[in-house]
Amino acid sequence: MLMLGPIGFAAPWVLTALIALPVLWVILRAMPPAPRLVAFPGVALLRGLVDRVPVARRTPWWLLLLRLAAVAALILAFAGPSWKPVVASGQTGPLLVVLDAGWSAAPDWPARLTRAESALTDAAAEGRPAALLLADGRAVPGALPFAPADTLLARLRAAQPVSWATGLPDDPAAALAAAPDGTLETLWIADGLDHPNRAAWLSALTDRGTVTVVPPARAVRSLSLHAGDTPSLTLAAMDEAAPAILAIGPDPQGVERELARLIPGDAATAAGITTRPVAIDLPPELRNRITRFQIEGEAHAGAVVLADDRVKRRKVGLVGDADRQAEGQELLSQLHYLRRALTPTTDLVEGGLGDVLDSAPDVIVLADQVDLAEAGDLAAWVDDGGLLIRFAGPRMAAFEDLQNEPLLPVALRQGGRDIGGALSWGDPRAILPFAANGVFAGLTPPGDVAIRAQLMAQPAPDLAEKTLASLTDNTPLVTRARAGQGQVVLFHVTANAEWSNLPISGLFVDMLDRLVQTARVSPAARQADDRDQPFWTPETVLDGFGRAQPAEGLAPVPAADLGLGPGPDRPAGIYAAGDRRVALNAGGPLARADWPGATVEATGTTGGRDVKGPLLALAALILALDALGSAALVRGGRVAAALLLALLVQPVPPAAAQEVNPELARAANEVALAYVVTGDARVDEASREGLRGLSMVLAQRTSVEPGEPVAVELDDDDLSMLTMLYWPITDTQPPPSPQAYVRLNHFMRSGGMILFDTRDGDVAGVGGPDMSQALQALASPLEIPPLSPIPQDHVLTRSFYLLSDFPGRWQGNPVWLEAPPAGAEAAEGVPFRQLNDGVSPVVIGGNSWAEAWAVDENGFPAYPIGRGWEGEQQREMAFRFGVNLMMYVLTGNYKSDQVHVPALLDRMRVEEMLGP
Amino acid sequence: MSASPADLRAANLRSGAQGASAHLPALILSAERLAAMVAPGAHGLRRGGPGEDFWQYRPAAQGDSARSIDWRRSARSDAQFVRDREAQTAQAVGLWVSAGQGMGYSGAPDRPTKADRAHLLALALAMVLLRGGEKVGLLGQPARAGRVQADRLAEQIVALRPRDGDGDAPAPDHLRPNQRLVILSDFLDDPAWVDALLARAAGMGVGGVLMQVLDPDEEVFPYHGAVLFRSLSGAIRHDSRDAGGLRDAYLARLAERRDWLRRRAEGAGWHFGHHTTSHAPAVALSWLYQVLAG
Repeated sequence: MLMLGPIGFAAPWVLTALIALPVLWVILRAMPPAPRLVAFPGVALLRGLVDRVPVARRTPWWLLLLRLAAVAALILAFAGPSWKPVVASGQTGPLLVVLDAGWSAAPDWPARLTRAESALTDAAAEGRPAALLLADGRAVPGALPFAPADTLLARLRAAQPVSWATGLPDDPAAALAAAPDGTLETLWIADGLDHPNRAAWLSALTDRGTVTVVPPARAVRSLSLHAGDTPSLTLAAMDEAAPAILAIGPDPQGVERELARLIPGDAATAAGITTRPVAIDLPPELRNRITRFQIEGEAHAGAVVLADDRVKRRKVGLVGDADRQAEGQELLSQLHYLRRALTPTTDLVEGGLGDVLDSAPDVIVLADQVDLAEAGDLAAWVDDGGLLIRFAGPRMAAFEDLQNEPLLPVALRQGGRDIGGALSWGDPRAILPFAANGVFAGLTPPGDVAIRAQLMAQPAPDLAEKTLASLTDNTPLVTRARAGQGQVVLFHVTANAEWSNLPISGLFVDMLDRLVQTARVSPAARQADDRDQPFWTPETVLDGFGRAQPAEGLAPVPAADLGLGPGPDRPAGIYAAGDRRVALNAGGPLARADWPGATVEATGTTGGRDVKGPLLALAALILALDALGSAALVRGGRVAAALLLALLVQPVPPAAAQEVNPELARAANEVALAYVVTGDARVDEASREGLRGLSMVLAQRTSVEPGEPVAVELDDDDLSMLTMLYWPITDTQPPPSPQAYVRLNHFMRSGGMILFDTRDGDVAGVGGPDMSQALQALASPLEIPPLSPIPQDHVLTRSFYLLSDFPGRWQGNPVWLEAPPAGAEAAEGVPFRQLNDGVSPVVIGGNSWAEAWAVDENGFPAYPIGRGWEGEQQREMAFRFGVNLMMYVLTGNYKSDQVHVPALLDRMRVEEMLGP
Repeated sequence: MSASPADLRAANLRSGAQGASAHLPALILSAERLAAMVAPGAHGLRRGGPGEDFWQYRPAAQGDSARSIDWRRSARSDAQFVRDREAQTAQAVGLWVSAGQGMGYSGAPDRPTKADRAHLLALALAMVLLRGGEKVGLLGQPARAGRVQADRLAEQIVALRPRDGDGDAPAPDHLRPNQRLVILSDFLDDPAWVDALLARAAGMGVGGVLMQVLDPDEEVFPYHGAVLFRSLSGAIRHDSRDAGGLRDAYLARLAERRDWLRRRAEGAGWHFGHHTTSHAPAVALSWLYQVLAG
């Protein structure tokens, strides 16, 4: 190996190729790059032209330098370079390799094996005797045999980390009795944690020779479960990192997957170990499904906590009157509401109180039960830590001996209290906001929950502190009292909707959830006493990497051993006895190891760093730059710049905010009338003034009070907020874009109406040029139904005023709208046909209505109509048409419906006469 | 509403052409041609004017000569009436747009290709003509009048496929008497066909317009350094080591080509114009309008 400063080369002869670089320089310089390729239709005109001053082209120096650098990097890479390679030690005495093999060694197990293997191989090459101590707690008692190093390799390769902690034999002196003479060199591949016997072993080994300790490359982290009323996890780590905790379990399809990610809380550091609490703050449905918790990105048994009964769902006993069988009366049953509220999150047991008590529930719910036969047993159960939730009800209210009823948190007054009933003064009461530190903290009572009846508590000095929730008049709604280790909770209302509508609100479910969560989970020891369970059978066990394995070839574990945690005969895993399942988890508190008298290898300096890969990557990068540079020469800078930009810049999706024209929003708010901007300033002004005039008339005479008219640009504006669109036709207006037509069609389909005004009522029909062509051109892409002139009995003739003609500035021209359905016949005695369905999406005419409606700034008519009084009368009629039209647009065929009222009244009268 | 891509392209082309032609009133071909109207295929223009068929009686107005008054009709009432006839014409306009691959060129991504611009001009011109009641068709296709013809033309134009070669030439067989031709091309390849076409057209009394549509890059030749020029079909290549030095020679040849085209066109009674895709299409359209109306 050739050493050049800190870099060593495994194959130095390859470096001689560097001599060729100057030759390459000359060759590359002589070869010009390809000319730019340009597609150009005018080549025919260039044919035969001769360059006057041909420009000599040479490869630019920077491109040359790039290519030479790439070649140099390749040559260096193939010369086998390594950064600060390790040079052999030169020891001669026996070698002992101590390999920690607990779960904490699992994360970088292959690296540990490699390190041990290279040490053994070196020892074998030097002919030194060696021994391998696999610290998995299963070492054979007696002296450790020393043997030629290469015979140990097979055993080393077969070694696997175990799912319990590293364990060393008890007596170092006895184990080392067989060591040959000479200085004992020890290589301790440690997992970084302190273990029993470690200090004794270290001192024994340092007495006999040198000890080199290889610390773990990664910080060890472990996860443990803190069981209790509210189970939580603890993350212990040798570094400051706070990885997420994955909660894994079957999803609703039964597929094992990550159900939630838990974020560790605040760190507390002691003796180099950082611990963080991890609250299991999950919905019960999710939590009950979790089978294991695991530190994200850690693959060892200590990073896994298997979930057992301790994090599972509570068992709730329901005691109440048996359901009435009729389906409709189910909603009257108290148990129905409780069942619906509790089923998703708990295991329900129903039956008589005795049966329920026998099933050892965590919570018992009594719905309106008094004077129970098993009151004694129940009291004992509560005393042992049970949670009893009781609901009031008519039976409790009527119970005569309520004063002496046991197991109530507060003394109750006999007879309920009616609030807001038919014979009482007050209104139904709402619920006060919950105390910020109580069980219900954080829940918000909905405003519409009202309590109509309740059981009143006797006033007592401790009533306030027993109250969990109260009504707006400060009378208690939920009270709680502690009894022994358990607690008794009373809802002063029924669990059905009889006394209040609380049970049909979501709050009820939340309140029950909160209460059930406060229940203590049955302590495991108590049940174990009830039934003798001497042995626990492993169901699933973990290997050292935290992977679940079937439990094969393992003997059942005595109950007493189970408390000691995982060990050689009881790997971490799930153990079952009868119906109960208990998890043995490997993770726990960590303790940092210290190494007095030993040499600790700095991490990362072990084998020398191979820099072949980085050099090859560098060469590839330079070649890519070279390609970019060549492209820049041939295709012009733009292509290369674009490529470079594409490489560097991540595309950022543009924020697609939907913008609403404020004018249109106002139109929707004020029912403003809208007109289409034609581009002809005079026509647009007439439209604006006309619609303003019509708006004023509408505000004066009807309950429609439109705002200022809105100008609509068909190409840009959204029409969905408009009701009516006035569209004057000019021959110069550009047709709207195809997108605008799509919007217009949608507008008409969804109930909008367009009033087309060709404004040519004075000239139409006499054969001269008129606007019909322009109208056809503009309207042909619209989905317009078959048209007909307005029939005499159309609702437009009577939607506000009675009209027979529809004049604007001109009159006498037919106005067209959607043709009535064929075959519509007038009913007998009714003057009009029944044309009820649909509002015409278009009204087409040429009477120039906007000009008739138009008023100028001072409120005077802007355009003259006809002559004298008759003209003014025509203007009035034009306004009436406008009012009718708006009524038609806004109310549809409502007016048409009214005409049936006499007929309906007649029929009712007949039925009354015929009836009983 | 589902629309195939071709339909959508046709719709977009149509709305673009309508936008370009909106400011021009209906175009009626020059009176000179209308005078020589007796020809098969005469059709009414649905407006009053010189023609054979009765159109309408209208009250005589100031400016009507006494000769024009229809006394037979006037005798039936107190007012004087003029008997209008329906305007008729036998003129048809043939449009031809080069489908050579060279037309698919655009020097910059924000400019339309020459073919796109030529299609737009052709359709916009067709719309102006149709509005005037003229018969319009692509060369070789039947010329028809009416609003629907604009839609039909848009679809036909969109359906045009580029040829294999760089250039394209109209077939002289499609020429008909009493026709006007509008030829839109870049005239960059071998222009021999122009000679043949003009000779035949002059023989049949067919007039028309040659319109050269070019990209700005073809007008200014903004290249320099070593460049390998390649025509769009790849048929012709030119390798230059000093493209900047070729600029003057290229521009001279382009001017020469235009001059040649103008001389040929004027010799045959045609018109020649050119248009750059960086300019607004309305400019070229107004020019076409003036030339055809004159």
